[in-house]
Amino acid sequence: MGARVAPRRRQSGVAAVAEWLAMGGHGPFVWSAYGIGLAALLGISVAPHLRMRSLRRHLRRRLDEGGAEGGA
Amino acid sequence: MAKRRGWLRATFHKAGSPRWFFSGSRRWMIGLYAVGAVSVLVGSVWGLGFVPPDRLQGDSFRILFVHVPAVHVAQSVYVAIAVAGVVYLVWRMKMADLLIAAAAPVGLAFTALALATGIVWGMPTWGAGWVWDARTVSTLVLLFLFFGLVALRQAAARPARAALAVSLLAVVGVVNIPIIKYSVEWFTTLHQPPSIRIGEKPAIAPVFLWPLALNALGCYCLAAAAVIAALRTRIVEREAGAEWVRAWLRAGGRAA
Repeated sequence: MGARVAPRRRQSGVAAVAEWLAMGGHGPFVWSAYGIGLAALLGISVAPHLRMRSLRRHLRRRLDEGGAEGGA
Repeated sequence: MAKRRGWLRATFHKAGSPRWFFSGSRRWMIGLYAVGAVSVLVGSVWGLGFVPPDRLQGDSFRILFVHVPAVHVAQSVYVAIAVAGVVYLVWRMKMADLLIAAAAPVGLAFTALALATGIVWGMPTWGAGWVWDARTVSTLVLLFLFFGLVALRQAAARPARAALAVSLLAVVGVVNIPIIKYSVEWFTTLHQPPSIRIGEKPAIAPVFLWPLALNALGCYCLAAAAVIAALRTRIVEREAGAEWVRAWLRAGGRAA
């Protein structure tokens, strides 16, 4: 009895998730909108830090070279 | 009164100092990232899974929780840029120019997001991704304005020249903001009028307000953090010769 209930319950969980993902037939639209949103937020959050990292490397290299010249 | 004005002036002068901004902004940036990420996460999960579908649009209305915050942030970023443009034109404040440079790509990203989500939302609800009307065209103009602010800076030969041209464009382009805002009221359009107006009862059910408010707050925080991060990069770039930047680089160039 218990063995019969468990798989049915699991399937209904999967079905519930599938139904949620389907978004009443509008799934592709809803999920792509949220996907684009996530990509945009990640993009603006990461981009300035990548820029800062390369700038910092560039300036430090220049600083080291400048220091060596000054010492010589 | 005199004291108060003195305080205002002192703040204005401090805000104009790249070094002062750089030393204090990191903590703000981290806080804004944290608040922004949490509220966008909670707002999106709430909007996707814990509010009922709209009576007429079904589940596609959930795109509202991305679309509306993106539109608001895009327009607010433009207004901030226009104010910075005035400040640069009147006082030639270097930080105002750096702010425009830092904020323009962020505004560009949010405008692109607003248009993209609008297209994706239009497909199931209007039956057409793109419709040529006042709202869509004025938002497209906003996209081109942000693009122009980015491109014009790169096209100008000297930084001072670029700053002047960019701030002029920023100020002139602000005329587009009321056009976007009132485009759904002045013209016949498929686009719905705003559901939330200041001073009026919202035309949207309260259950939908929470995820919307959380996502809007989160997007504002993440946009502000991105602008601060970009502004810090611009400051280091512009002040590379200054002793405090050299000291910061020698110390490892991270915290501070």
